[in-house]
Amino acid sequence: MAREVNWERNHDPVGIWNGRGKAALIARGHSPTDRRWDGESLDKSLGAFMMIAVQNALDDAGITIDDVDGIIGSAGGQPGGAPLSDVWGPRPYFDPPYDSEDGLTHVTGQWLRQQMGFKNIKYINNHGDPIWNLIGQAAQAIADGRAETVVVTYPNGNLPGRYHQDPTNEARGPAVWPNTWGWGLSGQGFTFNQYCQKYGTNHDRMAPFVVQERKNGLLWEHSYYAQHEPGEFTEEDYLNGRMIARDLSIFDCDRPVLAAAAYIMTTAEKAKDMKQTPVYIWDHTESLFSPRSLVQTIDDTEEWTDIQAQRSYNGSGITADDIDVFAPYDGFAVFTQYYIEAWGWRGVKRGEAHDFYAGDISLKGPNPLNSGGGNMGTGRMRTVFITDPLEQLQNRAGERQITGRAEIAVSHGVLPVRAATVVRSTTPG
Amino acid sequence: MARPIVPVPDPATQPFWDACNEGKLIVQYCSVCDRRQFPPEAACRDCGFNFHLTWQETSGRAKIVGYSITYDSRLVQWHPLQPFLNVIVALEEDPVINFHTNLIDDFGTNLSEEPDIPIGATCEVQFVEAEPGRMIPEWKLVK
Amino acid sequence: MARPIVPVPDPATQPFWDACNEGKLIIQYCSVCDRRQFPPEAVCRDCGFNFHLTWQETSGRAKIVGYSITYDSRLVQWHPLQPFLNVIVALEEDPVINFHTNLIDDFGTNLSEEPEIPIGATCEVQFVEAEPGRMIPEWKLA
Repeated sequence: MAREVNWERNHDPVGIWNGRGKAALIARGHSPTDRRWDGESLDKSLGAFMMIAVQNALDDAGITIDDVDGIIGSAGGQPGGAPLSDVWGPRPYFDPPYDSEDGLTHVTGQWLRQQMGFKNIKYINNHGDPIWNLIGQAAQAIADGRAETVVVTYPNGNLPGRYHQDPTNEARGPAVWPNTWGWGLSGQGFTFNQYCQKYGTNHDRMAPFVVQERKNGLLWEHSYYAQHEPGEFTEEDYLNGRMIARDLSIFDCDRPVLAAAAYIMTTAEKAKDMKQTPVYIWDHTESLFSPRSLVQTIDDTEEWTDIQAQRSYNGSGITADDIDVFAPYDGFAVFTQYYIEAWGWRGVKRGEAHDFYAGDISLKGPNPLNSGGGNMGTGRMRTVFITDPLEQLQNRAGERQITGRAEIAVSHGVLPVRAATVVRSTTPG
Repeated sequence: MARPIVPVPDPATQPFWDACNEGKLIVQYCSVCDRRQFPPEAACRDCGFNFHLTWQETSGRAKIVGYSITYDSRLVQWHPLQPFLNVIVALEEDPVINFHTNLIDDFGTNLSEEPDIPIGATCEVQFVEAEPGRMIPEWKLVK
Repeated sequence: MARPIVPVPDPATQPFWDACNEGKLIIQYCSVCDRRQFPPEAVCRDCGFNFHLTWQETSGRAKIVGYSITYDSRLVQWHPLQPFLNVIVALEEDPVINFHTNLIDDFGTNLSEEPEIPIGATCEVQFVEAEPGRMIPEWKLA
């Protein structure tokens, strides 16, 4: 089974994507959303959740596993598709098919093929990450003819214990530089503090944005908060958030959750025969940068996001005015203003995002930013950035359906330093 | 005072740590790119090769670029010192070169209120013993 | 007869060479990909993980896929044997799995003319001592 290595569109100048309009996103499927896997319940492992999500996506598209010939996914939602367990330590194993981490804390396409009985798979790739990149990778695979109907899988796990706590008293490799002097998440707050100083704003002015995201997220049935903490979240709650580092509170950090999502993507041709309205991929672009020295400064951040925004505009041929549905990443919440300003959505320029937040960003207003609620409104699922714009463009977002035009959507993630943007449209282009 | 986490040298960083033990702050320099590099790597990040990489001693003088305060670290060993101050300094002769640091005079001070950190102020490197035999660079304000 | 160059095991290949010393030809097998793998690697090249990788003994029987003759090698240690025969064989139970080899019976034969190598012919593995204590697999025509 051939595996392509260089599929990203990450070198300027990128022209209009030659796959534009050839691949369509049709359907989505989600598992339940839990806070953590307990390490024991096999009906709630990441593998079990992934199978639920895949079946839901197939049903949503009105197809069966026999129609699928490709599986493209991230095995574990960790950087590089690494399994959670390598990060957080081993566990006792169960009987097959749960006799390794595959199916428990991470899920390969091969494991899914075996467990669900896919018979016609000719292409599997587990090496994409995270979800924005996976959608681009699948679109490229379809445009290049490597597969016709692909299920894109995104399992995202969380285990008992505090998230990513590091107990070691020795630092090795790249971790030497931050850890020796106690920099953990401080760096995210540091860059944001530079932003605040540069433009004369402050952390409190984030409140309307994060509060609006939670409101939107509560209207999405798969949100962790909708399922488990449906209460109102106020500006006062935000302002009283426990501080993690300077200018970074607990409410700027996405809540780690256990959830899986799957998407059905196919050729423009085959899309016509499926149950949902096709949403066409107009472009995918990616980028990977490195800081000049140690820390990601505000200057680095603005340079990188400007490059990626321009790359995405060049690759898709759209302008800021064309973007009806804008879904920039927010986990951490202090990232989002960099993206809004780089894309210039609704005319927002550098330094103006917090003024924009203070205006009308409500769901039914003229600027429905992250109409799905982002990670702040849904948990660290990341898939709302793909699912909500899909539902908006298919005019089936229900209570979240925006009131204006919903024909072109831009989804962007994950970090300023490593980014991918997907542009979708209701027309083939 | 010892430090909660100590660095473990690898082949690329060994010369840097050896120099720290001798009281010198050195960074890499690629003569063909005319570019300093920190953190140390096996190759120059610009040209991609090690042919022209040498080590260069620095003045050790640096300016404060910014700071953060950590209230709840993911680094468990640092928990007893929370909340604590994190500072970024930029090398005086080449501000692209940054270092994470703690300000020596404030190390271990449990911050009860927002400190008054003078952005742009000049600092000097000093070497402190993170554990016996392992010196690391930290900076202190030049009064 | 010793061999001009001997392999040095690394963590990924150590089990393979240990098995050679015991007279067995083993290769990796990924159960979730249902796929054999040679040369040995730390992870399955398909799924990218080691969770399902095990070692599997083979029949050692293989068919000749093709051959080459080396007249002027970049491997200096092989110069005294030039020109010599290089053969590629494919494992009988899984022709995707190939091995470089010399045909034992011809090893060290200084080829004066184009040899007559029967493509597709069946061979059997044998283990020869590349240096004392280090066995390597080579094939001979069945």
